[in-house]
Amino acid sequence: MSDKEPLFSAKNRKLLTNPLGIDNPITIQVLGICSALAVTAKLEPAIVLSISVMAVLALANVIVSLIRNTIPSRIRIIVQLVIVAALVILVDQILKAFAYDVSKQLSVFVGLIITNCIIMGRLEAFALGNRPWPAFLDGIGNAAGYGIILVIVAFFRELLGSGTLYGFPVIPQAFYDMGYENNGLMILPPMALITVGIIIWVQRSRDKSLIES
Amino acid sequence: MNTQSNTYTFLYAAIMVVIVAAVLSFTSLSLKDRQNANKEIEKKQNILRAVNVASTPEDAVELYDKFIVEAIIVNSEGEVKSNDKSETFKVDLKRENKKELTERRLPVFVFKNEGIGEKLIIPVRGKGMWGPIWGFISMESDRKTIYGAIFDHKSETPGLGAEIANADFLAPFKGKQIFNQAGMFTSLKLVKGTASNNPHAFDAVSGGTVTSKGLEAMLQDNLSSYEKFFKSSKK
Repeated sequence: MSDKEPLFSAKNRKLLTNPLGIDNPITIQVLGICSALAVTAKLEPAIVLSISVMAVLALANVIVSLIRNTIPSRIRIIVQLVIVAALVILVDQILKAFAYDVSKQLSVFVGLIITNCIIMGRLEAFALGNRPWPAFLDGIGNAAGYGIILVIVAFFRELLGSGTLYGFPVIPQAFYDMGYENNGLMILPPMALITVGIIIWVQRSRDKSLIES
Repeated sequence: MNTQSNTYTFLYAAIMVVIVAAVLSFTSLSLKDRQNANKEIEKKQNILRAVNVASTPEDAVELYDKFIVEAIIVNSEGEVKSNDKSETFKVDLKRENKKELTERRLPVFVFKNEGIGEKLIIPVRGKGMWGPIWGFISMESDRKTIYGAIFDHKSETPGLGAEIANADFLAPFKGKQIFNQAGMFTSLKLVKGTASNNPHAFDAVSGGTVTSKGLEAMLQDNLSSYEKFFKSSKK
């Protein structure tokens, strides 16, 4: 208790900002690709899923960090999985009761949070060895880094694939009259992977330190 | 304490499971009423949307009680089996569709208001690509012409099959005929891009072929069981 450091010390701020850029869970650690492909055909599910992942990851990180010294190491993965699964079910139940519209839009995606590799990855790599507050920041930061990529990918896929953004048509009718067509390929999962690839390419060419020798 | 011993590990796992189970069942029980109420409100909203009456979760119950003047259960022979409004509302199509045609209880919701007139609302349910799809079809009082339709789905692909719930997909259903000139029941056929002039067909969703076919089968299966009811003389 003696080494009291400020809540937002430089080290803690890094926990929040690093995952957005040089330690991004999707583009650098290449985790959570599966859901990045599945939910990014439209902006809306991508945003709502990012928020749900943030809630689950932050809470799971805090809980695991609180009980980290009591967890028997041989069953630690099972313990983490049970905590994550329970949290996801709680989020799903609460959405169904209090935000029914949102829960309908998310449908299967909420359940898919359990399979998100980022969550298990952060619990294993960070929450098991750190105090609750840094673990909380780490959860928020990583979920934000995940969300930002999801939103970027969904932006391009919805714009080019459906000609809409957040469900509103943005490409003027005149373009369609001149022969422009929505690119149906953008809606299919392979284009999400290619879009993620382009983001990784852009990020690495701007920051040479990320390139492995 | 030795956190590596077998006894500790077993105890830890057992206690954790009990705690998690307790928390989850408590949440599930305490939220169940709210969740069911939400589902009922959604169904009422969907019934009203089939006749293009917009409602919010707050006023849906009131509007439903006001405009749905009658709800009846008919059988495949077109005979009225029940006219209990709440019983009709509770009919579970998933279960009914598994029964033999003659055993099915077929709900009909009667909508009446001064501006729009009398419409019959028929629930439908079928299979999409990934899961169930369902909806409500509203019929003009001539019992041949579709007045409006809404569809919804559990898990169709966003941007593809999920487009069946889109207003642009639903609007063309108005005015479609489910009986041909000779008075034969034909349901609506799935075509590609040419349905706008054909009153007996609807356009497929591009990229959502499996969902579109499921929708075609759903209309055929569900509406055909009402054939005799539609043909029977008006009450």
